Amino acid sequence: MLAEFLQYLFTGITIGATYALIALGFTLIYNASHVINFAQGEFLMIGGMATVSLTAMGVPMILAVVLAVILAGILGIALQKFAIAPAKQADVVTLIIITIGASIFIRGIAQVVWGKEYHVMQNFSTDQPIQVFGAVLNSQSLWVLGIGAILVVGLVLFFTKTLIGKAILATSMNKEAARLVGIRTQMVLMLAFMVSALLGSVAGIVVAPITFTSYDIGIILGLKGFVAAAIGGLGSGVGAVVGGLSLGIVEAMAAGYISSDYKDAVAFSMILLVLFFMPRGLFGAKVVERV
Amino acid sequence: MLNTFMQSRLRGLVVLALILIILPAFLGNPFHYELVTQMAIIAATVVGLNLLVGFAGQISLGHAGFFGLGAYFTGIATGTYGWSSVPALVVGAIVVGAIAWIVGRPILRLKGHYLSMATLAVGFIIAIILNNERALTGGPDGMPVPAFEIFGWELSAFGSYSLFGIDIEGFQAWYIFASVVLLVAVWFALNLIESPIGRALRSVKGSEVAASVVGVNTAKYKSLVFVISAIYASLMGSLYAHFQGFITPAVASFEFSILFITMVVLGGMGSTFGVILGAVVLKLLPQVLADFQELEHVMFGLILMLTMIFMPKGLLPTLTAFVSKRMRKKAGGEA
Repeated sequence: MLAEFLQYLFTGITIGATYALIALGFTLIYNASHVINFAQGEFLMIGGMATVSLTAMGVPMILAVVLAVILAGILGIALQKFAIAPAKQADVVTLIIITIGASIFIRGIAQVVWGKEYHVMQNFSTDQPIQVFGAVLNSQSLWVLGIGAILVVGLVLFFTKTLIGKAILATSMNKEAARLVGIRTQMVLMLAFMVSALLGSVAGIVVAPITFTSYDIGIILGLKGFVAAAIGGLGSGVGAVVGGLSLGIVEAMAAGYISSDYKDAVAFSMILLVLFFMPRGLFGAKVVERV
Repeated sequence: MLNTFMQSRLRGLVVLALILIILPAFLGNPFHYELVTQMAIIAATVVGLNLLVGFAGQISLGHAGFFGLGAYFTGIATGTYGWSSVPALVVGAIVVGAIAWIVGRPILRLKGHYLSMATLAVGFIIAIILNNERALTGGPDGMPVPAFEIFGWELSAFGSYSLFGIDIEGFQAWYIFASVVLLVAVWFALNLIESPIGRALRSVKGSEVAASVVGVNTAKYKSLVFVISAIYASLMGSLYAHFQGFITPAVASFEFSILFITMVVLGGMGSTFGVILGAVVLKLLPQVLADFQELEHVMFGLILMLTMIFMPKGLLPTLTAFVSKRMRKKAGGEA
């Protein structure tokens, strides 16, 4: 009984931490540019796939991870510079369609380079599961949670302690004012996409040993991350983390106790409930619109 | 002024009708007819979606859910329960309209892109149900749908018919039927845009605050247009199911929803004829790109991105602006 519950909880927290990282990526870009970046899931895919194929080529694991993250970062910058920035006169809806085009494009390239098969990544440490009160904890879960926590703390420090982080915050609050005090907002937007891509790729790498990885894994993971961000209140960092974890846990419990066929429906029902009863999400700021 | 505007509105409809009349001269085989008939049904769906996007400034990321629900309602009611086509189509549209109203009414009172999240969720839930309720829907394998039937008269893509003494094949009859449906869909949309409702909607798009200040109940109009666009999708889904004769949950998939919204934005948000062009282009593109084989998706994504970057207003508005600029230049040069 307890073992079963713990088992679902471990599964939920692990996948929830991944959702939280993806949701943070959405939040960053949304705050900086009001664009819902539908290519967010592709950063995860690139992270996981690049790491798998580099290690298969004989590159040491740590170096492969670093290279994969750098690759994703470059991709994030390129997405902003070559796809979003040139269309700055466009409606937000048009920009969203551009990110959809970018995700199809990136996925298309990944399919050509890596094929359509599923790829398996080794656990970072032992394959030996850990027994906790009769439940089985995959050692990789600890990696996901540990690295997730480090990234969240790192982000908080980045936004509160560094000048660049504060510049991103300032730009997301008021772009014109930020420009007036001398912040290069175009640079900031590029940075937001880069940091978002780094977050996504790390999430993709740490979760890959658990979920496997393939060229199209970004679609559903990206969507779940978006759901998590929406539940937390699109634009709120705390909301993204809480939204991610709660989505992961509720989903795992529903799959375990109710029906695994309807596991995915849980996420989307949660969105509707949140929108109906607390439309700003759990932590969304109260928006005051100027006329 | 109003008179010339009316004429220009009708002119578009007449041009569309002429294109639909001339087109069969270029259609060589049943496959071409099938493609164009699908195009017409999907174009009518995005004309409805465009009412929401273009005139209420809201996007739906789950319109395929409504399309799929219409398709399956028709499939189950006519196939499993032996209903006639028209009642199935009408009841399906009422059910879908009610769902849209229930979802849209509370959410459209809020500002921002909340409707896109809600529709995304509704679309997914519909797709998941269609995939899992195997007893009712056949699950991922899909289900057969009987031919369209009215007053005991059947319209099947595989039949042979006689129209005013001319023998035509089933796929040609379907082409004519779909063309008429598209024309009616466009005519209704154009009239709605010019109606008091349409004026209220345009004021919502321009400035929601200004509209509400002058007494327009913005939430009500936005919900209304959302329901209308959902009903468009449901009706077209029903027809699509009859035409295809077989449906799978793919008709309700997220990919299909994205395709619909992309057709609207690519063709030109707010332009009824623009979104038809968008539907035609995005339906033809995979046929053309099939030659690139594994590079198909790369090319598709690239074309989508480049078009939106360089023509952010969409294909038709950009093209008409370009043509009228050239004509003005020409006229200026001659004078």
